[in-house]
Parts: sequence; C-alpha cells; structure tokens
Amino acid sequence: MDKKVKEPLIHITKRKMIPKKQEWAIRLGGILAALIFCAIITSVATHLNPFAVYAKMFEGSFGTERKLWALLKELGTLLLISVALAPAFKMKFWNLGGGGQVMAGVLAATAVMITMTDKLPNGAIILLSCLAALAAGALWAFIPAFCRAKWNTNETLFTLMMNYVATQIVAYYIIIWEHPKGSGKIGVINQTTHIGWLPQLGGNPYMLIVLVSIVVTIFMYIYLKYSKHGYELAVVGESENTARYVGINVGKVIIRTLILCGLICGLTGWLLVAGTDHTMTTTLEGGKGFLGVMVAWLAHFNPIGMILSGFLLCFMAKGGSEISMAFGLNRSYGDILTGIILFFVIGSEFFINYQIHFRKSHRKEAADV
Amino acid sequence: MQDSRTPAVSMRNITKTFGPITANKDVDLDIYRGEILSLLGENGSGKTTLMNMLSGIYYPDEGEIFMDGEPVVISSPKDAADHGIGMIHQHFKLVNVFTAAQNIILGIDQDSESGKKIGGFSKLDIEKASKKIREICDLYGFDVDPNQKVYDMSVSQKQTVEIVKVLFKGADILILDEPTAVLTPQETEKLFAVLRNMREDGKTVVIITHKLHEVEAISDKVAILRKGEYIGTLITKETNAQEMTNMMVGREVKLNIDRPEPHDVKPRIEVKGLTVRSDDGLLKLDDVSFTANTGEVLGIAGISGCGQKELLESIAGLQVIESGEINYIEDDGSKSSLIGADPVEIEAKGVQLSFVPEDRLGMGLVGNMDLSENMMLRSFRKGKGVFTDRKTPHALAGKVVNDLEVVTPSIETPVRRLSGGNVQKVLVGREIERAPSVLLTAYAVRGLDINASYTIYDLINQQKERGVAVIFVGEDLDVLLELSDRILVLCGGKVSGIVDGRTADKNEVGLLMTKLGGEKVG
Repeated sequence: MDKKVKEPLIHITKRKMIPKKQEWAIRLGGILAALIFCAIITSVATHLNPFAVYAKMFEGSFGTERKLWALLKELGTLLLISVALAPAFKMKFWNLGGGGQVMAGVLAATAVMITMTDKLPNGAIILLSCLAALAAGALWAFIPAFCRAKWNTNETLFTLMMNYVATQIVAYYIIIWEHPKGSGKIGVINQTTHIGWLPQLGGNPYMLIVLVSIVVTIFMYIYLKYSKHGYELAVVGESENTARYVGINVGKVIIRTLILCGLICGLTGWLLVAGTDHTMTTTLEGGKGFLGVMVAWLAHFNPIGMILSGFLLCFMAKGGSEISMAFGLNRSYGDILTGIILFFVIGSEFFINYQIHFRKSHRKEAADV
Repeated sequence: MQDSRTPAVSMRNITKTFGPITANKDVDLDIYRGEILSLLGENGSGKTTLMNMLSGIYYPDEGEIFMDGEPVVISSPKDAADHGIGMIHQHFKLVNVFTAAQNIILGIDQDSESGKKIGGFSKLDIEKASKKIREICDLYGFDVDPNQKVYDMSVSQKQTVEIVKVLFKGADILILDEPTAVLTPQETEKLFAVLRNMREDGKTVVIITHKLHEVEAISDKVAILRKGEYIGTLITKETNAQEMTNMMVGREVKLNIDRPEPHDVKPRIEVKGLTVRSDDGLLKLDDVSFTANTGEVLGIAGISGCGQKELLESIAGLQVIESGEINYIEDDGSKSSLIGADPVEIEAKGVQLSFVPEDRLGMGLVGNMDLSENMMLRSFRKGKGVFTDRKTPHALAGKVVNDLEVVTPSIETPVRRLSGGNVQKVLVGREIERAPSVLLTAYAVRGLDINASYTIYDLINQQKERGVAVIFVGEDLDVLLELSDRILVLCGGKVSGIVDGRTADKNEVGLLMTKLGGEKVG
C-alpha cells in the first residue's frame, strides 16, 4: 500500500456538533497559544522578558483607579457602538457606518450646545441636545437603509461612505465654530458655565456612560432574544424569502432596525460630547465604528458576549500603549500583539468547526482496522 | 454475485463522512465494461456521494479505488477525466451565453487528435471541435447543434450537451445523476435509447436513480444502497419492483397510494384569467383559469419552470399579478378576492391558507433556527405585547415531532441539520396544524425516501377528507395519477388541459405537458 498510491497529505472534514465546554476549551487554548506565541516573538524581537511585558499590560489597564476608569470608558463607548451594530448584523445588513452615525450625533449635540447656550435654560439644552443627537444618528442610518429597502443598494459601501460624509461635515463646522479663533479647534465647549454638560454620577465623569452602556446592552439582549422585532429581523437576516412567506414586510424591518441602530449611535455621540469629552473633533469616535464591527463578530452578535470581546480589545489597546511607553517600544508593538491574539482567537473558530486529518495518522487508522 | 471478468472500476471499503453524517460506510462496488448499472437507493442513501468520489469531487475518508485491477487515486475531476470517467450532474454546469461547442471544449487543454494546444495561447479550433461533436452525435443518436447558444436550449438539450461534453473528453465510463428528474416521459425514452447505443459501443454507464420503473427499463444490473451502506447487486431481469423496494427500504413496503373518494365537493378557490410576469418581464402565467374544490386533490403537472411556482405564490399572496382574479369562496358561496393581499392580510380575511413551498429551507423554514423557532414563523405575532410567545410553538414542535415521527436530536436542533424527509415533516406538520381550508404544496415529496413520501401522501389525504381544497404540484406523473382527483397540466405558463386523475393515462398527460395534445381548455 505504501508504493504508488499517493494520498493527499492532509484533508479536512467538518466536525460533529461539539459540546459548549469543548468549544470554550478550544477558544481558551487559542488564547493560550497566542500568549505563548506573543511571548516568543517578544523575547526574540525585543529581548525583553515576556512576563514583565504581560505584567506591564495588566498595569496599563488596571494599575491605578484612573487607568481602570479610562479602560471602562473606552469599553463603555465601544460596547454601545457594538451593541448598536448587533441587530443590523443579525439581519445581515452590513452596517459599517457606526462611526458616521456616532459623528452625526456628535455634530447635532455640539450644534445645540454651541448655538443655543444663550437662548435656553440648561435643562432644555441637555434635553434638546439629546433629542438632536438621537435624530441625527437615526437619520444617518435611515438613509442607507431606505435606499437598500427601496432600490436594493449595497449597504456596505453606502454606510462606509456615509462615514466620510459625516467626518467632512464635522470638519466644516469645526472651522465655523472654532474657539479660540484661528486655533482650528473647538476647544472645551462652555468651559466656564458647563451649560449642556451632563451631571457627574458619583463624582465620576465616566460613570454615566458605563451605566448607560450596561443598560443598553441588557436592553439589546432582551430585544434580540425575546421581542417580536428581534425575531422578525432574525428571519429577514436568515432568508428574505421566508420573511415574505410569513408576511413580514422586509423593507419595513430593515428601516426600523437601522433606525434603532442609528438611535444608539446618536446616543453614544451625545454622551461623548455632553458627558465626557465636551468638545468636537473629527476623530472623536476614534475608529470605534470599525472596532465595533470586530467586537460584534467575535461575539457572534450576542450583546452579552460583546462585553467579553470588547473587553479583550480595550485591554489590548490600553496594555499595548502602556508597554510601548514603559519599554520605549514602537507604538505599533501593541498593535502587533493585538493582531496576533485576534488571529488566534478567530483561528480557533476554524478548529471548532473543522477537524484536520494528516496522512500518517489516517493510514495508521486504516491499518488498525 | 461473482463475475470472472476484471471490473472496470472496483470501489473497496469506501467511507465518507460529513460532520455528523456518514454518507457512505464501507461500500464495495464493482462496475463492469459494456454494462448499464443502476445505482438505486432512497434519497440520502449516499448514491451521489459515492459517485462524486469516483469523479473526483470528493475524496474518500477511507477505502480504495481500483481500475482494471490497479489501485488509482482520484483526487480531482481532472484525475477522473484522465481515467476516462465522466459525470453528468443533476444541476447542469454550462455557460449560458456560450454555444454548445464552446461549452464542450471549455476546460480542455489539448486537442487529443493533433496534440495541438487549443486552450492557452494557441488558437481555438471551434470548427474542428464542431466536426468532432457532430461525429459523436451521429454515432449515438444525439441531436445537438454545436452553434446553438445554451440559453436557447430546452432542459433536455442542455443535458445532451453535458453528455456530449463528457464523451468529447474521451470518457468511456459515464455517470448520470438522476438524469430523468427534469425530463418528460418522451424525452426520457429518447435518452434511454441513446444510452443503449452507448452500451452497444462498449461504453459503461452508471445511472443514479430512485425510480424503479427506470431501473427496469434501462439497466442490466442494479446496485442498491441503503443509509450509506452497500446492500447488494442484482441482475435487473431476475428481480422485480417489490424485491428492489424491500432491499432499498429494508422492510416490506406497500407500493400503492390511497385515493379516497371526494365527498361534499364545493368550489373553494377560483382563478380566472391569471397572468403573471417575472421581474424581467417574461410571461410566467398566461390567462390561467381553474377552480379548486373542497375535499379534492387538484394535481398540477408540467415540466419544471412552467409556472407552477408562480401559480402557487399568486394564490399565497407572494406574487405581483398583472391581471386576472383569484377568489376565495366561502361555504355559503360568497366570494372574497385575494388579489393584492399579503399573507398576513389573507389570514386577516379569515382564510386559513397553508403553503408548503418548493424551497423548504429557503422559504418555508429557516435552516439555522431550531424546530420551535420555525413553528413560531406562523405564530410569533400572537405573543403578548412586544414579546413573542415561545411556549406555544415549543409545545407545537413537540407535538409535530411526536405525531409525524420526526427524527431529530431535540427540539432545539437547527432544522438544517435534519434530513430532507424530516425537514419536510416539520414544514408540512406546521402548515397542517393551522387547520387550513386551502393547502398548497409544491413538490411535497421531492428528495424524500419512500417512507417519508407515504407519510406525506397520507397527510394530504387526511386533509382532503377534512374537506380541505388541496393543490398538489408534483413532478412524478405516476404519483400525480395515483393521488389526484383532477390534474391540471401547465405548459409554458398556459393551461394545456385539465384531466380526470382516475381515467387519464401517463402518455396523455405527458403529451399535454409538451402541448402536443392540442389546446384543450378545462
């Protein structure tokens, strides 16, 4: 049998359903393998003790109360955006415009805070800026959803381009509202009067956004799992034909879901301007519209799972910047480690679904029989 | 069964698994030259998988293949072609905008006669290829015009191109996967004549099928598979339908379908002058008129794509209608129009209309959802307030699993993991549980094994006896003739006749399907 019959070296077969425990064991194994691989890369490339590097990463995320809150703020923001994207993705509507929808909310909130300061009482400004941000976020999501429902346009490109439109409009208004004149920046809005600023819960500037993100995450979990809307959008995502077959109005569901998505993004924009940052820059959402896509995918669109995947990414980002400062490494080194870990995490999904057989073991099996 | 000759192909201990499914287990099969071998088995018995391993589409997990006694490795379709094996798949793989000749030479590297490159950088010699195609056609009695575009061809012509393509590549072992599924009885006869010519010429033919009368009509030997395992090979002449069925199913099965006498027949659905166009403006239904009665099975016959799908979808409220009427007639004779109503609005009119569509996992069910969530498709709107009710559908799923003997690991299993027959039981079960007054079914037993098919026939007859108006779109004429009270024949979107299921014969319906029966309006 070992003469001329050449079998392929490896072949891949689909796995049987495996228990949840084993699934998680494979994922954990993936992360462990990633850490070992990162350790090797770190000692070879930087000659540093990898354990010292890992310790520093923890310090960067949890080292002080301030660092912990900074991590939580990042996580809260990221979670809000990821959770906003979840229903759209579950509907297989590839909304890459989370960032643009946040920026629309940022712009609307800023506009109210700057232009209405002298005209309305503080409470009214807070309320109005919130409503404006919600409306702007919803509008930014509605436009591509409407075109998709009506003319079947490609939502991926459409939402992506809407990001750039939003950023450019923000850039335009930064020049109009720049303060002080000639700085090319807006600076802190109402720095002395604090008009339009949200109150600090428990004396902590980040508490509010963290709490809101938890509430929204739980809301979304229930919405997707138990509500009629959640069921409808899941059916639309799986098969538009089946949806039509049971009388679900596909266009209506697409538009409704994207409006919800835009509302949460708009809310996030409002929380950033009125709650934490009190200014508007073109990079205020900081790429989280895209990062949120990754968070949502890693969690298989389960909002509770997004807490984990979001945490992983925030932790890597904070830890990564800490080690680059502490050890004088290039700033990109943290990104390299993040990339390696993500690669392993995503790769472990392959091993959950498939099994690899090698020629040697295959032949031994045959001989045993 | 022993044979002193060396088989052209021997498959030994072939095993192939797909995840949890074992498609083939320790299969041994011998194929001899100059014979037509039927590979018989129910759907899901692993016939196609086994042949796909011979034609290089799949690679076996275990086992060996010998050709003329020598071990061979077939790990790609090219390997298979090099060994003279060619397969004609159930779904044609042709380029629509190319001519027959262009399709036939597609993917061929070298002109076998001159050794001159005809792909790659050298010149395509269509003339020469056409000449060779004509030679092949003359030899076996095919009817192919090398210059005809594929989009102008009928299904049977496309199939012929596929066969010529395989012969052109020099195959002497041909595998045909359910070749008659898309053909009329007349076209099937023509195909069989060609296959017999090929056998005379010394070619080897393997025909995959689950239709017994075809096995009897065409093959010398029949090899039977059941649940992925090889059961045995019989000489066709020495066996009969009952013996083959028993081997195929694994137990004694009765082979006739009940047809209870209709009682209390009243008109229920009235269709008048229905005309429907597809999105790209093609006429799909042309002035279709008929009445479906309560307590009756109205069979719809026709070559696939003759408007069956559009007809059912029009009644179910899923189709944009150009003109015509569709009326629901109440017991007291009052009519309400269903035109322009979507499925929810139809239900709101008090019309319980159940629909088992052709595309089970793409329309009737959601493959990635579990049994209970699929039951919810019809009932999720009934939940309290904004929330869905999950308990009732869960209980319903349990009931359907029990009543129809659905084989599933659990109610929480995604339906795409079930076998075809069980998927269909879930769908039919859900639709029947709605206590319909009209039941539309499209190809309700396609791909189902004999057991599951008979379960479905029984369910349809039960509904008929309950007084439901059943519209049954079918493809197997034998079944249509045994089950239906009346048969409406569609040809190219037109009604070419409505015949009595008890008196019509297969030939008559077959002729109407190709419109040779003239214009009868029922």
